[in-house]
Amino acid sequence: MTVFTSFLAGLVFGLGLIVSGMANPAKVLGFLDLGGRWDPSLAFVMGGAIAVGAVAFAVARRRTRSFLGAAMRLPAAGAVDRRLAAGSVLFGIGWGVAGFCPGPGLVAAGMGEMKALAFVAAMLAGMMGYELIERRRSVAADLPGAAADSAQ
Amino acid sequence: MTIDWPAFTPWAALAGGALIGAAAAMFVLLNGRIAGISGIVGGLLRPVRGDVAWRLAFVAGLVAAPMAYAAFAQWPRPQIDAGYVALVAAGLLVGVGTRYASGCTSGHGVCGLSRMSPRSLAATALFMGAGFLTVFLMRHLLDL
Repeated sequence: MTVFTSFLAGLVFGLGLIVSGMANPAKVLGFLDLGGRWDPSLAFVMGGAIAVGAVAFAVARRRTRSFLGAAMRLPAAGAVDRRLAAGSVLFGIGWGVAGFCPGPGLVAAGMGEMKALAFVAAMLAGMMGYELIERRRSVAADLPGAAADSAQ
Repeated sequence: MTIDWPAFTPWAALAGGALIGAAAAMFVLLNGRIAGISGIVGGLLRPVRGDVAWRLAFVAGLVAAPMAYAAFAQWPRPQIDAGYVALVAAGLLVGVGTRYASGCTSGHGVCGLSRMSPRSLAATALFMGAGFLTVFLMRHLLDL
């Protein structure tokens, strides 16, 4: 059941990206281009998403199990560290270069866009690179599971 | 700053944003998880038994979204101006960066801000700031 709801969540998420125009890198770059002719749309996408999301997370916060009985896995509050900061900056540079972040890249790949497929392949390679670096580091430091958890 | 009024689509943006929020809401209330796409995809590269099917299902949903959209209307074709070299460089940066940051636009920008997480607020400010600077540099200083 949770596999089906996972598919459904991905589907609705993807539809939201298409409807909002965020599956289109040119529109995303229009938002990131403060020095040119600015398209504020992306801010409205986030506003709409957060307005709905905030209600759901307020409910989720008070529960230990989901409505389907799955464990509630909300990330523990942590400090803002160098990994988070450096990673976010690298991600932001990549986002600015092409106008793609992970979700829109996958949706545009689903449209059969060759350029989106190239982006997604490189993104997977980058994520694999992270895995290899972290694995080597955790072996070197002899700290099993030193790599951060996948949760946000 | 000049606003690009013809390109600005506030209603479609709000409606699409609400759908994205609904997807994140559904995911946390039914599956008990954060709809963070980089984390969902990244977890597939470190497979753990019993932890693969739901990740694949979420990604399949994303990839199938254009097909579902096509049931109502032809999807608007994305305009991808970057060349292949830039796309590969961008992909590598996004892949490594989102994993070190433990999240991207969805996990930090949407879910994290929805739950008022200080880490997500910092991450969102940093990746947006870096995105603004990168586009400024490329379009207005280096003229790429």
